Amino acid sequence: MRRLSNALVAMVAAVGLLAAAGTAGAADKVKVGFIFVGPIGDHGWSYEHNQGRLAIEKEFGDKVETTYVENVSEGPDAERVIQRLAQGGSDIIFTTSFGFMNPTIKVAKRFPKVKFEHATGFKRDANVSTYSSRFYEGRHVIGLIAGKMTKTNTIGYIASFPIPEVVRGINAAYLAAKSVNPDIKFKVVWVSTWFDPGKEADAAKALIDQGADILMQHTDSPAAMKIAEEAGIFAFGQASDMHRFGPNAQLTSIVDAWSPYYISRVKAVMDGTWESTDTWGGFDSGMVLLSDYSDKIPADVREMAEKAHDAIKAGTLHPFTGPINKQDGSVWLKAGETAPDGDLLGMNFYVEGVEGSLPK
Amino acid sequence: MDLTILILQGIIVAATPLLFAAIGELVVEKSGVLNLGVEGMMIVGAIAGFAMTIESGSHLLGLVAAATAGAATAAIFAVLTQFLMSNQVATGLALTIFGLGVSALWGQGYSGQSTAPLARLHIPVISDLPIVGPLLFSHDILVYLSVALVVGVAWFLNRTRAGLILRAVGESHSSAHAIGYPVVKVRFLALLFGGACAGLGGAYLSLVQTPLWVEDMTAGRGWIALAIVVFATWKPGRAFAGAYLFGGVTVLQLHAQGFGVGIDAQYLSMLPYVTTVVVLVIISRDKARVSLNAPACLGKPFYASS
Amino acid sequence: MLRLELRKEPSRAMRYATPVLAVLLTILAGGIMFALMGKDPVEALHVFFISPLSDLFSITELMVKASPLILIAVGLSFGFRAGVWNIGAEGQFTVGALTGGVVALIFYNVPGIWLLPMMTIAGVLGGMAWAAIPAFLRTRYNANEILVSLMLTYVAILLLSVLVHGPLRDPEGLNFPESRMFHDSATLPILIAGTRANIGFVVAILVAITAWIVMARHVIGFQVRVMGEAPLAARFSGFLESRIVWLCLMISGGLAGMAGLFEAAGSVGQLVPMLPVGYGFTAIIVAFLGRLNPIGIVAAGLVMAVTYIGGEAAQIELGLPSAVTGVFQGMLLFFLLGIDVLVHYQIKSRRPSAVAAKS
Repeated sequence: MRRLSNALVAMVAAVGLLAAAGTAGAADKVKVGFIFVGPIGDHGWSYEHNQGRLAIEKEFGDKVETTYVENVSEGPDAERVIQRLAQGGSDIIFTTSFGFMNPTIKVAKRFPKVKFEHATGFKRDANVSTYSSRFYEGRHVIGLIAGKMTKTNTIGYIASFPIPEVVRGINAAYLAAKSVNPDIKFKVVWVSTWFDPGKEADAAKALIDQGADILMQHTDSPAAMKIAEEAGIFAFGQASDMHRFGPNAQLTSIVDAWSPYYISRVKAVMDGTWESTDTWGGFDSGMVLLSDYSDKIPADVREMAEKAHDAIKAGTLHPFTGPINKQDGSVWLKAGETAPDGDLLGMNFYVEGVEGSLPK
Repeated sequence: MDLTILILQGIIVAATPLLFAAIGELVVEKSGVLNLGVEGMMIVGAIAGFAMTIESGSHLLGLVAAATAGAATAAIFAVLTQFLMSNQVATGLALTIFGLGVSALWGQGYSGQSTAPLARLHIPVISDLPIVGPLLFSHDILVYLSVALVVGVAWFLNRTRAGLILRAVGESHSSAHAIGYPVVKVRFLALLFGGACAGLGGAYLSLVQTPLWVEDMTAGRGWIALAIVVFATWKPGRAFAGAYLFGGVTVLQLHAQGFGVGIDAQYLSMLPYVTTVVVLVIISRDKARVSLNAPACLGKPFYASS
Repeated sequence: MLRLELRKEPSRAMRYATPVLAVLLTILAGGIMFALMGKDPVEALHVFFISPLSDLFSITELMVKASPLILIAVGLSFGFRAGVWNIGAEGQFTVGALTGGVVALIFYNVPGIWLLPMMTIAGVLGGMAWAAIPAFLRTRYNANEILVSLMLTYVAILLLSVLVHGPLRDPEGLNFPESRMFHDSATLPILIAGTRANIGFVVAILVAITAWIVMARHVIGFQVRVMGEAPLAARFSGFLESRIVWLCLMISGGLAGMAGLFEAAGSVGQLVPMLPVGYGFTAIIVAFLGRLNPIGIVAAGLVMAVTYIGGEAAQIELGLPSAVTGVFQGMLLFFLLGIDVLVHYQIKSRRPSAVAAKS
């Protein structure tokens, strides 16, 4: 049995060598692989990552070759797809969803020469970097706009799952809105899915019926934007510019702009300067953008939003600056204190003033 | 407007696609065929309706296309199971895989496009009446069509000769065949009807509820429709109640959260399925009662030996 | 005019010829589809069918993908032969992964050779327990097991999601919805170093062989077959219908539960909400493609796995969207299911004289 397994190991190694030899000839081009959790046509999360892929192609032309696999569930299939990309001679592989974390780490151990980039995770290795964006900076700005522009003082918030990323967004937007409008109320609805256009639309309707006149979302489809457009209210887009789904409704969108990061990382591979890093970029690195402001935003509100944006970008304003209490009234940040990244990364509590309880 | 009315309107929107798919499947099952491919037929209807509406600018043509595409998808199932005697469970599952793939392929050029939602009825004076106006007289045409279908199917099954034949075929295909009823033809037509209904249900999602096209947008509604048929014990009126119950639970829990009522959405999401099992047990306990409704030949293949 | 006529007995020649015929038809139709999409059909078909068999990694992944399909489908085949329609294997798979996984998490810092067997037993029992609900409701209350088992699938998937988002969440995982990673003695032994091919495949093959023997030689197999082919005779000859219902659901539930645990402890190594990816449903198709014969099921499971892995290869190498895989699989299944008719029926041309004689 042992001998058999040794023989097989030798075979695997031989096949691997052959594969490596086969790709060595064509190694002038840098090969870039992508794995997406959804279809690239989702107009949300995977769509924007694919935009990043296209930006790489545009930037480097025939010096790169990109491949992608879409609709890979965050289960048993992920590891195979990542390994296949690595085996196919990819020099750098972007694994673009949280659930790909452990498969990425496992495959990376087997392919020490290949660089891996995992989005939104926290496990790194010599050849595995992680990257994510400070979307909450965008949430702060839209919170300000919403606080100023709401007439009913009620903001509807469509949330997916109570993971830190989503909770952080709710808190950031609420604190900002509250700072300009003490009467503000947030109605948060958890739909327990990232992607179910019908249910997202139902949630949007429910929130509008309950008096929300501005919608925010942390789900992937543009359904809520479309409903806001029909109802004649305002909404903020998520992940990508959803202007075409709500030309009148969209005030602005928080856009996940992966292109600058992707281009710089591929460049680093080309230059041989790539190393394992942990990137959490915001406005300053160009990884979070706000799409064009709607002309429905009054001039003074717009000015305030731009000022906040610039201050965050310059590092003079942190969206989570004390005094901030947790929902139960206990102190989280003292006056003037800003939130450490560790607290933000594991955030599992509402701040004081947000109503309702976090689903457990 | 009164919030209660708004909530009820929301429930109507959430329930209508389920009702279409369920009422179609109900007729199919009454004829003795189990088509598990509802999800596949719905999603093909969703893209067909959306694509046709974009291309032609006409919602009506879009709806016709949705029904046709749903029926065409069902026809694959019908040919395989009725003429080639393939297993219904396996074929239905294959139909879902196929439908999801075809719709995604077809829809590549349409994702990100946008169309106006189906117009809502507005009758001067009547639609403006308090309560009844917004509740009964201000919906899109598909809502009325879905209710008309429930009434029509109930009438057809219980009051017409053709309906009697359909039930006879579902009850015992051998006896029905012996009497001289065209078993395969009846089932074929029932399947086409079921497909057309599922297609319209899908189109309701892409033309009214959201209204846009994105891949996989049915997100499991076809399976819920199957549950509703059982929940309804194969009775059209109860299918109506079932669809509105499912739609109602979804919409009400969203509203409850909006009001800050602390309920766990995921536990609540199990409720409709558990309810269906309980209902199934209650109706099945009495063998005599369930046999009145459940088609005895459900899922069994039929071959005319003479 | 053509009509189908029931053969006196199933054609042995057709039994072997039809799968080949179906694959040829799929190749033809698939080739046309690829050509219409502007791809070289020969190359596309090569990527779909041949590339998954052309290197060791792909072959090991084929084993990874086929093992749960084979395990579940073999279990289902007993019930399907007896007319017991468990279509909720996906739910039993999920609960099996959950119960077995919980054992792994309870002992996450206690290594030991006993752990994996204990997890497996827990997984099997979990699957059985979930299948016991439709079994009980059918035998006691006459409730249709197709529908009960289907409904329970959704409950099981939601249950996994709730637990992984809550109590089973990795305490060091920054609140992300996944459990701790299982440690080494809680993961399946790997057959070939550097790959994911694990002992699960061997177990699946052994189970298939055992099932084949039981079906062909053992009294259980006999009873199951009688019950499917002649339910009335089964009742007369004295063995209880309810016994067979229980037996079939326990076999299929237990094997589905084992497959779920193997998936969690094998190719994934932890509990994640997306663990169930439809094996329970796909296995139904596999069971029929394999003609409810355990050995046929092994072959069908491998064919099915080829299309999945070929579909991924098609995306990487040809840039075809994932939707193509669905369409392609759908076509393959339609042909395989449809052409089966030739095993039991033959095509006869209906002569005018015969019609006249009948009237």
